[in-house]
Amino acid sequence: MEHYLSLLTKSVFIENMALAYFLGMCSFLAVSQKVKTSAGLGLAVVFVLAVTCPLNSAIYHGLLKEDSYFLNGVDLSFLNFLTFIGTIAAVVQIVEMTLEKHAPGLYAALGVFLPLIAVNCAILGASLFMVDRDYHVVDSAVFGFGSGVGFALAIIALAAIREKMHYSDVPAGLRGLGITFIVTGLMAIGFMMFGGISL
Amino acid sequence: MAKKAKEVLLDPLLNTNPIAVQVLGVCSALAVTSKLETAIVMSIALTVVVALSNFSISLIRDRIPSSIRIIVQLTIIASLVIITDQVLKAFVYDVAAQMSVYVGLIITNCIVMGRAEAYAMQNEPWPSFIDGVGNGLGYSLILISVGFVRELFGAGKVLGITVMPLVTDGGWYTPNGLMVLAPAAFFLIAVAIWIMRTINPTLVEEK
Repeated sequence: MEHYLSLLTKSVFIENMALAYFLGMCSFLAVSQKVKTSAGLGLAVVFVLAVTCPLNSAIYHGLLKEDSYFLNGVDLSFLNFLTFIGTIAAVVQIVEMTLEKHAPGLYAALGVFLPLIAVNCAILGASLFMVDRDYHVVDSAVFGFGSGVGFALAIIALAAIREKMHYSDVPAGLRGLGITFIVTGLMAIGFMMFGGISL
Repeated sequence: MAKKAKEVLLDPLLNTNPIAVQVLGVCSALAVTSKLETAIVMSIALTVVVALSNFSISLIRDRIPSSIRIIVQLTIIASLVIITDQVLKAFVYDVAAQMSVYVGLIITNCIVMGRAEAYAMQNEPWPSFIDGVGNGLGYSLILISVGFVRELFGAGKVLGITVMPLVTDGGWYTPNGLMVLAPAAFFLIAVAIWIMRTINPTLVEEK
């Protein structure tokens, strides 16, 4: 239990997807104009990460790696990228259809962001980290969920800062994108504070 | 061809730079730039992938049903990235190991998808190829300049060769610790954006 708790804390704060590994930056910068929309995106990311990460882990350990459960002795790990991105695209599609049918309220809230997520690097990145660090299925479920929460936390915080920044006088060339980069950099410094904690 | 090949090639360097103007492909730009060497390898890998994916997608653009185009594009891109990854692992293993997951993340690099969607789906194969190279170069421009500054001021080296001897090795330069850390990449890209917008004021955002 302790192991999972520390993995969770680590993936939310110390190894924050957005601020420590710069994953999902495109949507991080583009969708952080308003707190409400960024909360929607954050929720969608948590959801998809928590599903795809353990699923990809199961496929990796079951079929792709060299001493896998079902195909022992055949090393298919060069197919990692193709399989993972396929799984992610399929899961996003299924999640979208299921939500549309059974939870229209949630679908309306997440709707626009779900298709975007298939090409969000944070999702694929989590699956690749899972392989890199040799997480098994339960580990990767915790890791996926934690990474999603970390991403959501970071994007909501950035959106809140950007809303306030409307009132400040930014030099012309830095307006918009430039100052957002600087703010994100400062946030990353803030998150580095967690770096010294070893769990 | 609406635009000349030269414009297609050179526009993405400054006027429509993928990172500074279109805000595409930022993730890898930040992560692999702590050293010049990884930045260069990443730039080459990305340029090759964008150019070839634009070319192949443009070849079959009339045969892709629009409802499944994303998955078709992703499959083409993922296959190209697998080849790139295998080549990198075979020939420059050390650098590939340092770049860890970021080679794989070229698949979800928005530049590749963005150019496929915005340019290759509407244009002939050859201009699409040029557009891919142009955008790859625009990306490389930012990546290599950021990588250069970070390595020079963070470690006093360029491509691993000492330019400014460090105090710890008996030299005179005290390294700027911030430069090797993640946030420096954000600040440097912000500066790059600032410079580009000062040169070309039409890019300045409305208040």
